[in-house]
Amino acid sequence: MTTTLKPYLSVVKHSLDAAICISQFYSQVVERHSKPEIEMQTNRELILTPMLISRNERERVFIESSINSIRVSIAIKQCDEIERLLCDKFTRFMMKRAENFFILRRKPIAGYDITFLITNMHVEQMYRNKLIDFIIRFMEEIDKEISEMKLAINARARICSEEFLKHF
Amino acid sequence: MEYNLGDNPVTSHSWNANRTQIAVIPNSNEVQIYKYEPNLSDWTLLDNLDQHGLLVTGIDWAPNTNRIVTCSADRNAYVWTIDDKGKWKPTLVLLRISRAATCVKWSPNEKKFAVGSGAQLISVCYFEVENDWWVSKHIKKPIRSTVTALDWHPNNMVLATGTADFRVRLFNVHMKEVDQCQKVKTEWDTDDTSVPNLVAEFTNSSRGGGWIHGLAFNKTGNRLCWVAHDSSITIADVSKGSIVVNKLKTNELPFISCIWVSDRALVAAGHGCCPMLYCVDSNNKVQFVSKIDSSQKKEAAGLSAMKKFQSLDRQARINSDYELDTKHQNTLTCLRVHTESNDAVLKFTSSGLDGKIILWELNSLDKLLQGLKI
Repeated sequence: MTTTLKPYLSVVKHSLDAAICISQFYSQVVERHSKPEIEMQTNRELILTPMLISRNERERVFIESSINSIRVSIAIKQCDEIERLLCDKFTRFMMKRAENFFILRRKPIAGYDITFLITNMHVEQMYRNKLIDFIIRFMEEIDKEISEMKLAINARARICSEEFLKHF
Repeated sequence: MEYNLGDNPVTSHSWNANRTQIAVIPNSNEVQIYKYEPNLSDWTLLDNLDQHGLLVTGIDWAPNTNRIVTCSADRNAYVWTIDDKGKWKPTLVLLRISRAATCVKWSPNEKKFAVGSGAQLISVCYFEVENDWWVSKHIKKPIRSTVTALDWHPNNMVLATGTADFRVRLFNVHMKEVDQCQKVKTEWDTDDTSVPNLVAEFTNSSRGGGWIHGLAFNKTGNRLCWVAHDSSITIADVSKGSIVVNKLKTNELPFISCIWVSDRALVAAGHGCCPMLYCVDSNNKVQFVSKIDSSQKKEAAGLSAMKKFQSLDRQARINSDYELDTKHQNTLTCLRVHTESNDAVLKFTSSGLDGKIILWELNSLDKLLQGLKI
């Protein structure tokens, strides 16, 4: 872990710890329904001030919280064309299978690559500290994963071109 | 002592009069009644109250009349009474609300109860003998948001409510149908309120913010405590004639529930998973006393090689220690008094989203408070 990544992740972790203080809350608008208030945005008093934590202009985390749900949006570092492509493929792959990831939102909010939506149901089913840990681990791993994939692509491209150019 | 009644998160719980039975909401549309068997030293399920259609949000067990009131997100409330065969029978309460009911509480004399709801009103219910049903009266003004917490003053007339619009309001809910006595003014009455029945109104913070999660009157009814989402504990005090409000902002995660354990000491618990003891000093300031959960971090035992490889194998990670230091592993939802003597609480219970109900002892309360000047 590089020296700047650690304080960044620790800030995100503490902010999430404070943000995931959610409890069940039934809709004030529709009877018998409990909806994530952060998605509905029906009443301003149920939404808290959002938090933006950025490491640099490309890497940032946006945390929006409400009385019964929070949204965590992550912008992943993308330096060049290949990384942008890989990141897009990777997040698309995950979001198509959002049900299997429970807290993943099907679409990221504008300006970010991936969004998690955590509701009070998730906190009731899972331990809060483990949820936070999962998000931190995800942020740790995704950069590693993408740079590894980029290396693999480069290596493969080199082998392919070598094989191809042998014929000439 | 720690009880595990199933794996489900516990939304709320309530004890019967002699603390042999407990009613638990396992985060569903049911309420389960358990009885403690001392010879088995375990709990047996006595009854399952499954009349509600949606999540049960509140429960209260009246100790003297032995009646349970439950309210639910399906907009209904039931009063449960026990019949000759020992089965609980429901009676529907006409709440006349259009949104989920959120909280319910018997008045101290158990003749009426109040139900808070998302319909921006409180239903105060009483039993109408002529028609043989529970009817309600609404308090609407000036509530503009979901009612999140309720508590009764010991005089059965003043009702304190906390709402999601960051306000605590005190209402006089005197009813000529059930209250034999005349409507009386209490020391809480401020004369400058223009709304009928509104006794007093407090804002949680001057700059707004902080949903009220829990509130409680003390035994004598001269102090009101509330906890809100800005991690604060606030005490309103009338023991010196006029209302004095003092607020303590803590560094903890927000508290959800609070109870008084003596005239000056209170316990608050919530997202931080650990019940905390606070007290009111002679200047009416709130002071932190101690954490009640004093369990230490479990011995790390140097993370044996075997454990390391085991967790690597099972979870693909080296460090498997993600348990919190506290006994509760998730948010605490409800605190209830268990045993008390001479106006001081000796034991109380807490329930949490981790499905545990823990009985805490406060034997050394006097000792803890001695060091502080109060």
